[in-house]
Amino acid sequence: MVTAGIDIGSRTIKFVCLNDNKIFDYQITDTTVEPLKKIEEVLKDKKFDQLVATGYGRYLMQENYNCPIVTEIKAYATGAYFFYPDCRTVIDIGGQDTKVIKIKSGEVADFEMNDRCAAGTGKFLEVMAQTLGYKIEDFGTEALKGSNSIPINSMCTVFAESEVISLIARGEDKKDIALSLHHSIINRVMTMVSRMNPEQKIVFAGGVAKNKCMVQLLKKKLGNILVPEEPQIIGALGAAIIAAKNFEIMTIKERR
Amino acid sequence: MSGNNYEKMWQELGLDVNLHNEVLNYINKCFQNTVGKQKNRPKTMEYFDSVLHESHGGRVAELIEEKSKGKKIVGFFCIYVPEEIIMALDLVPIALCGGTNFSVPYAEKMLPRDICPLVKSTLGLAFSKTCPYAPIKSLAVGETTCDAKKKVWDILAQKVNFHIMELPQKKNVIDANLWENEIHLFAENLEKLAEKKLNPSVLKEKIEIMNNKRKVLQRLAKLRLKEPTPISGLDTLVVMQAALNDEPVRFTKKVEELCDELEDRIKKGISPFSDKAKRIMVSGCPSVMGNWKIHSLIETSGGAVVVDETCTGVKYFKDLVDTKANDVDGLLGAIADRYLKLNCSCFTPNNDRLDMARNLAKEGNVKGVVQYILQYCHTYNIEAIRIEGALKQDNMPSLKIVTDYSEEDTAQLRTRIEAFLETLK
Repeated sequence: MVTAGIDIGSRTIKFVCLNDNKIFDYQITDTTVEPLKKIEEVLKDKKFDQLVATGYGRYLMQENYNCPIVTEIKAYATGAYFFYPDCRTVIDIGGQDTKVIKIKSGEVADFEMNDRCAAGTGKFLEVMAQTLGYKIEDFGTEALKGSNSIPINSMCTVFAESEVISLIARGEDKKDIALSLHHSIINRVMTMVSRMNPEQKIVFAGGVAKNKCMVQLLKKKLGNILVPEEPQIIGALGAAIIAAKNFEIMTIKERR
Repeated sequence: MSGNNYEKMWQELGLDVNLHNEVLNYINKCFQNTVGKQKNRPKTMEYFDSVLHESHGGRVAELIEEKSKGKKIVGFFCIYVPEEIIMALDLVPIALCGGTNFSVPYAEKMLPRDICPLVKSTLGLAFSKTCPYAPIKSLAVGETTCDAKKKVWDILAQKVNFHIMELPQKKNVIDANLWENEIHLFAENLEKLAEKKLNPSVLKEKIEIMNNKRKVLQRLAKLRLKEPTPISGLDTLVVMQAALNDEPVRFTKKVEELCDELEDRIKKGISPFSDKAKRIMVSGCPSVMGNWKIHSLIETSGGAVVVDETCTGVKYFKDLVDTKANDVDGLLGAIADRYLKLNCSCFTPNNDRLDMARNLAKEGNVKGVVQYILQYCHTYNIEAIRIEGALKQDNMPSLKIVTDYSEEDTAQLRTRIEAFLETLK
């Protein structure tokens, strides 16, 4: 049986195909402002017996493809557990949400997630990279070249941007500002993480796990952390596994 | 919300009619998107929907009619204010709380932004001349529950005839005495307003009216607990919101009718939910008229709210007033006793509320509890930590949601609520 998972995030759409519990196809594409069109492109010519959707845009799949949905919290927990059966904690930092998930025997035991504020998420890094004139994919490696000497107090993306602009005006080194910003977001994430009493093994997933500086700083705080080779696809993978398990997948429509 | 046939009335009340129409349209839209979208509702709900729709129209016209017969209108903001005393002096009690996001910015022109949406919404309606009750009331009654309300009374008392009841912060004998004294002072002030004295048999009669209203709401609460539940939590909330606006005898009769219908639905096994829906208790802050946010989110994400440990839930009807006494003092004492048991989070310590939450969750046979906290409501927000701990003793999972009246966080809230429901076994 071939099953698939699609994770429609705020920044990227991830698609994973599983055959007998092995990933044989995956794809990552930008969500853009026309997610439905992008979804159509992704799903074109793909063959699978069952598809499950997750992520912020999961209702688009439900409404347009009558597709079962799960939350990204369950999907990330399932995906992380698949790769690392001894993982107890998942930190997922995506485009606009940060989630900390505790896992017990493969199931979600507890979770924390930010509410409306995008502080401590990928959005923060994205805006800051732009302010400093870095490409998002270089931001982490460039920050690692800095020496952290500037305290950045703002957690809020908007305030931090003003703070960065005044630091640039003061003539501070860009790399130092970049590193300080990474420290600032780590502090924010750690507040949420410590509230959850993280237990080893800890998996770091989501798009922000591709940032080397974030990985290094989190390691300093938490000891060992596991980062999957493709940290972005963990949610889509989880959705594909849930499709395979085929246990009582139901749409919200059926629930009502 | 009712249409143009009341425009003349609103004009005469000095409302900003155009803005008021905008408010009504906004609330209407919210209603249609939440309550109105439900399937398989009990037929009797039409009446309670109409109470909400007529709250700015027909009900206001009724009150103006009462006023022309010499009855004065008394507005209140909190369920600690004893309605039976108001009624016993031929005055008409009406709740003044706002649950709409529309009026929040109008309050923020004057008040700090970082106070709770309920206070801002209520004041925003008054400040923007879109609350039809503001011009017709002869007295407003505040109470010393939370800091936001307490300090807002200072401002309001300069503009309108205002009475503040001092609610103690603890529940020792000295506090109970203070509260009983406050009940007496309240009664005296109302006697001045009504230009008459309390009569024990009339007071008793009004207590009975309120007790009957409480009893029928208790009956409704019991019927809700049947498995599967015959009515949605959102519909029950609509009934509770109507309870704070409608004439009590008429309201009681209609809730009896609703309960009869629900018994019939139970016999036939009719429920608005599929058998997969997970039973949930909502605990924490009230959802007043205009605010259907949290119940709607839960019940469109696979949950069924079967019990509400809130002021727009169990707290409003759980205790009756003892009617043994035959004199005014004795009856006022019984009223004081009854109202002191509401377990508002403004009390310290508030262990009774922890026990109440545990018991309600057990009785309701719920799978989990959603703690609904209005942003900047410090007492409920901090107490949520203790409630969570108390529920944990029974292995009862809970999820704390802190939010305001806006729609901006619904996507994230939905994810959190769905994920919470996914974890419930």
